Amino acid sequence: MKTQHPDPTNSCLIRLAGVTKVYGTGSAAMHALRGVDMDIHQGEFVAVMGPSGSGKSTCMNIIGCLDTPTEGKFLFEGINVGDLSRDQRALLRRHYLGFVFQGFNLLNRTSAMENVELPLVYRGMAPEKRKALCLEALKAVGLEGWQSHTPGELSGGQQQRVAIARAIVTHPKVLLADEPTGNLDSARSREVMELLTTFNRERGITIIMVTHEPDMAAYANRRIQFIDGIISNGCSDGDKP
Amino acid sequence: MFWETILLAQREIRRNVLRSSLTILGIVIGVAAVITMVTLGGGVTAQVTSDIAKLGSNLLQVRPGQGFRGPGGTRSSAPNFKIADAEAIAKEISGIQAVAPNASRGTQAIYGNENWRTSITGSTNDFLRTRDWQIEYGREFTGSEMRSGQSVCILGATVKKELFGAQNPLDTSIRLQKLSCQVVGVLESKGQSSFGTDQDDFILIPIRTFHRRIAGNTDVTTIFVSARDGVSTEKVQRDIEDLMRQRRNIAQAREDDFNVRDMKEIMSTLTGTTRVLTGLLGAVAAVSLLVGGIGIMNIMLVSVTERTREIGIRLAIGAREKEVLMQFLVEAVVLSCFGGFVGIVLGLGTAALACSALNVPFVWNPGIVAVAFLFSGAVGIVFGYFPAQKAARLDPIEALRHE
Repeated sequence: MKTQHPDPTNSCLIRLAGVTKVYGTGSAAMHALRGVDMDIHQGEFVAVMGPSGSGKSTCMNIIGCLDTPTEGKFLFEGINVGDLSRDQRALLRRHYLGFVFQGFNLLNRTSAMENVELPLVYRGMAPEKRKALCLEALKAVGLEGWQSHTPGELSGGQQQRVAIARAIVTHPKVLLADEPTGNLDSARSREVMELLTTFNRERGITIIMVTHEPDMAAYANRRIQFIDGIISNGCSDGDKP
Repeated sequence: MFWETILLAQREIRRNVLRSSLTILGIVIGVAAVITMVTLGGGVTAQVTSDIAKLGSNLLQVRPGQGFRGPGGTRSSAPNFKIADAEAIAKEISGIQAVAPNASRGTQAIYGNENWRTSITGSTNDFLRTRDWQIEYGREFTGSEMRSGQSVCILGATVKKELFGAQNPLDTSIRLQKLSCQVVGVLESKGQSSFGTDQDDFILIPIRTFHRRIAGNTDVTTIFVSARDGVSTEKVQRDIEDLMRQRRNIAQAREDDFNVRDMKEIMSTLTGTTRVLTGLLGAVAAVSLLVGGIGIMNIMLVSVTERTREIGIRLAIGAREKEVLMQFLVEAVVLSCFGGFVGIVLGLGTAALACSALNVPFVWNPGIVAVAFLFSGAVGIVFGYFPAQKAARLDPIEALRHE
């Protein structure tokens, strides 16, 4: 076990307690989550697995502060996110979270630099400081010298690395990755996973990653398996086979 | 952050040049139309003003009735003047240069096979003086011709051209109704008036001839009076009013049954008319500006749908509602202001061309330019708000899943 668990006196970074999510009402109601309990500590690298429709995406949306639970509590550093307004959740995302998506989700016809700059612009940072941080982030993902290329001029692997640079440029507490290797071949997937592992180890960024592939999940220190809206394992830490 | 938003907006606009230009087309046309109409109207007003000033600011018109601005009907009930009234003005009022009694009637003028519909004016040589007409060739009436009412006439340039072409009309005879009339002179051309009528289309005959042979009465419908240079027209006007009240036996309490107007009054009536016309045209143009605004809203709505994913990304990264709203609103305003700017340049250019084509002075109004620019900005805010709000209220999860 190579995990460096955070100091046990540290309270959880992320805690889900009895979280349910119901879409629709009455007989048409769809229970996406049926009571999820989860603790994630600072510095962990967690893989979330499960078949489609098992509720893992819903859970990720709640952890990403994009959605709120129907019932139960989601605490981020002790703050009950369910009580926050839409704009307050946006500020939480702005200051503590980074996102990496399966489809990269970069702005089209916009240079790598401008894409990476985007979260800093919303933080109201001065342009020179922004530029320095962006170049540093692009260097960290191995794209030094590619800052003026647009997504159309970059390969899939490079686009995903730009997306990772955008996610880590703000030094977030948590990086949420939704099938980051889903659109990449195995060589590019390994590159991406190694980058994520590096950021997890060297910068202490907590990573929560949804994946279908056991190979990719193997990079994480912990796996959480979803089935039918509940967690079927992994309530305890470090039960990696 | 605000400057940042403007930079972002103009970057976004440049990214899709064709669509952006089509979007602002409506605004461009609207603003250009407003600017052209108003500038042209201003030029025409200036033209009319200077035309009338050329007619002579010392010219007074005395007419029966209460003037064409009064209620209808009073004019016909008021008795016409007689030649004696004009003679009394000339004799009793000081500071007068010329007095011309005047009566006219439409008629057919015939020379050989040529035939022209025109009007006959009966007056004296003073008519030429008060209205500043010059004889091109031939002569004025003689004293005895005027006194005894002989059948002689002076032709306006248009009548001469229509009846005689290039021939010399002097000493030939033309037929006016039953009257055979000898041509003694031709007037210099004055061209079109600002009213749009041909000033050269008339035939002048001595007023006594007109009374006896054409009208069959002795009525005078207008008396033209020109004051001497340096004499106040207001004073002459008052003197004429007093004299006429006396001659027409108007009791103290009753109103005048005639009116004396100087060119300043006529000028203000005319410029008032052009102003109303300019206003109406401007209003029509403003409607097209409104349509331009709807065009912006249309394209912004399409743009929001098209950029749903981008909005999702921005929201996920931590943009607040108001920041997304601002982004799209600023984009709409920058677009419409740019459209307004292009429209102003285009409108002033068109107006300058039209003014030179119509031979009207080019007078641009900075106030209208400023209003048009601000209005186009306001159009951007009003019609950009709804699409911007739609963008800001998107659900980030749905938006990221779009496409």
